Order: sequence, then structure tokens, then C-alpha cells
Amino acid sequence: MFLGIKACGMPGTYIPSNYLPILIILIVATLVGLTPLILGVLVRPKRPYSIKLSPYESGNPPVGDTRYKFSVKFYIIAMLFMVFDVEAVFLYPWAVAYDKLGLYGFIEMMLFIFILLIGYIYAWEKGALEWE
Amino acid sequence: MMDISIIVGTIVKIAIVVTITMLHVAYAVYFERKVIGHMQARLGPMRVGPHGLLQPIADFVKLFFKEDIVPSNADKPIFLIAPVISVVAALASLAVIPLWETFAIANINIGILYILALSSVGAYGIILAGWSSNSKYSFLGALRSSAQVISYEIAMGLSLVGVMMLAGSANLVDIVNAQSKYPFILIQPVAFFVFLMAAIAETNRAPFDLPEAETELVAGYFTEYSGIRFGLFFIAEYAGMFIMSAIAVICFFGGWKGPHFWILSHVPNIVWFLLKVYALIFFYYWIRATLPRYRYDQLMSLGWKLFIPLTLANIFVTGLVKLLY
Repeated sequence: MFLGIKACGMPGTYIPSNYLPILIILIVATLVGLTPLILGVLVRPKRPYSIKLSPYESGNPPVGDTRYKFSVKFYIIAMLFMVFDVEAVFLYPWAVAYDKLGLYGFIEMMLFIFILLIGYIYAWEKGALEWE
Repeated sequence: MMDISIIVGTIVKIAIVVTITMLHVAYAVYFERKVIGHMQARLGPMRVGPHGLLQPIADFVKLFFKEDIVPSNADKPIFLIAPVISVVAALASLAVIPLWETFAIANINIGILYILALSSVGAYGIILAGWSSNSKYSFLGALRSSAQVISYEIAMGLSLVGVMMLAGSANLVDIVNAQSKYPFILIQPVAFFVFLMAAIAETNRAPFDLPEAETELVAGYFTEYSGIRFGLFFIAEYAGMFIMSAIAVICFFGGWKGPHFWILSHVPNIVWFLLKVYALIFFYYWIRATLPRYRYDQLMSLGWKLFIPLTLANIFVTGLVKLLY
């Protein structure tokens, strides 16, 4: 599947041609996002005044700063996400190559999942998954 | 030398796909309002054009001509760029989706990984929008949304592992071709259920639409946005819905493949693909009209305490059964 093109004469230079469309679509998507914004400048009105530009708080004058302390739970979720997302990424190549790995690969990965499961149960017992 | 015709061909393909997606976004909003209207014994949009058919165009023109308000104490550069990040993440995901066997913009062998990576990038658009707005509603909405998106992304990623084990590939074309005998939903129903729920949570749709719960957070992370920037978040949301439905169709319903008997085998592949995708999108609307919103603690415990163990068990069972047979 992975067809690359050797750049002429330069050893080790490798252009993965399958991934070129990804680069192009990233550029096109950025243009699609930016074009209406830039064109819109020409037609939309711009009449700012201080009340219009104040943050929306249901019509009341805004009170205090927005960047106040927020629940530590969000940090815990972020840390747990790191652990489990890395686990998921490890599972992908294993899943793709599963037919070739056989029993050995199965036991290896189940051990890996088991170790993570212990961490998961620990987090659960410590109340990291509770949302009070 | 890179062949210039490949680049031109790619750009033409991208133009086709992006145009279709934009039309999809416009009429998915109309379709949603009609479907939910009729489910609630209303008519939905009726004023602009016959049966309100021109409503999406009127909406677009209105958004385009609206003032672009930037709040005075917002982080201006981040505030301006956040909707573009959301749109780029959503549109770039289209690159790996095969509409039929030979039509995918990029036929790469890490298709699923690419989709999941870009849905993580989409979370940046959300959290940057909420953070830079410097408004309490936006900030709370962004926190909720990013926590929800990353929690359900794990369940979504794990639910697709079973599919990759059966197909032996993460390439979306290979996954569809592996389903020539039967669609994977028959042997991976648990994975499909988890994937569907995670996809709804990932796109912030009802009943998991807490980030934009109107009754408590106004509009969540895009409260401070107006005009075309607000429209860009809408494009990202509806394009995201299309992509998630397309992935569900590709991984569980046999993608572009249709039944092979009688006159049905002459129906073009793209028709089957879009038919399945829109059936799923209709399902999204159906549950939005039917179910009440979840509470945030229920949402988080559902994702962490039910879906993750369920998908791990699914991987174990799939591996065991594949080993034995």
C-alpha cells in the first residue's frame, strides 16, 4: 500500500506520495475556513460600542474575572485520558497484525490490558471517576 | 518527479468532496429542523421558498452579512483562529473516507488513526474558543466539552479495535472489503453500540449536548461568537456528524456495498453509502427529539465506568473467538 517516490539521486530522501493528498486537503480546508472570513470583511458592518463588546452574562453587567478556579476533576480526567489513549494507540498495531501474532500476541496484549486494568480499578476505588 | 496530474486529480476530488459536504451541512440543518418539527407535530421551516427549501441559503446570507463581534477582553488572535481550527479538523477528516471503492482522496493505511487524531485536534478548537472568549458561559462550556470529548474518544478508539482485528487493517477501503460476506455489525454489536454513543458524545449532540445546554450555558463555548465565525462552528459540527456516521457505516454496515440480488445490484455504490449515512443521521435527529439531556455526572460515569470496560471485554472476546476459530 505504501508507495513512496525516491527523489532522484538523493539517498534516504523519501516522499510518501500517499500522504500528499492529506497535505493538500489541509491547505484547502484552511482556505475554506478563511475565505468567508476575509470576504465578509467587505460586506459586514462594524459598529462596535462598549456594551456590545462586553461578555454576555444574561443582560447583567459582567461580574469578576472569568479565569477563576475550576474543579480539579478536569485535571484528573485529562491525566486518565493520557494513560488510556496511549493504551488505545498501542492496541491499534496489535489489532492490525493480530492474525500473524497468534496465541503469543493474544497473551501478551491481555497481560498489558490486565496491568492497565489494575490501574483503572485503583483509580475507580480512589474516586477519580466519581463526579460529585 | 511528482506527477502533476496526480496533484490536479487530488484537488478536483477534494473540490467535489468539500462541495458535497458544504451542501450536506446546509441541508442537514434544514433536514434536522424539518424532522424534529414533524416529530413535535409542527411543520418546521415553511416561509423561504416552497416548504422552506431555501432556508439554508437565507441562513447563510444572513450569517455572512452579520457583524463579527470580538468581545473587548477576549484573547483576540486565539478568538479569531479557533473556529478555523474546528473547521479544518472537521474537513480534513474527509480525506480518508471512501465514498466508493476507488474514490477516496487519500487511501492511506492508518485511516482510523487519522480520523481519531483529527477529532482530538477538533477539541483544541473548542477549548481555545471557550478560553479566549473570556466569558463564563463559554469557559464552562469549553471545559465540559473538552472533558466529554476526550473521555468518549477512548471508548470510541477502543470500540474500533475489534473491527481492525477482524479486518486485519486500519485502512478504511480494506475494512469495507473485509465485509463482503456480512457487515461487521452482526459480529460486533457491542462495539457498534459503544461507537454510536461515543460518536454522539464526540459531536456534542443530544442527549449528550451538555457543552451547549441552552438552559444553563446559553450556547456553551461559542456563546460570544457571531456572524460567519458562529457559522464555521456549525459547519464543523454538522461535518463532524457526517464523518462519524460515515465511519460507522464503513466499519459496521459494509460501507458502499449493497445487497446483490435482482435490480438492487444495479444501484450505484454511492447511493448505498449515502443512504446508510443518512439513515444514521436521521437516527441522530430522532434521539434528539426523543430523549432528555443527561446530567454531567451521569455522562462521565457512563463513559468511564460502562463503555471502557465494555470495549475492553469486547476486545478480549473478539481475540479469544478469533484464536479458537
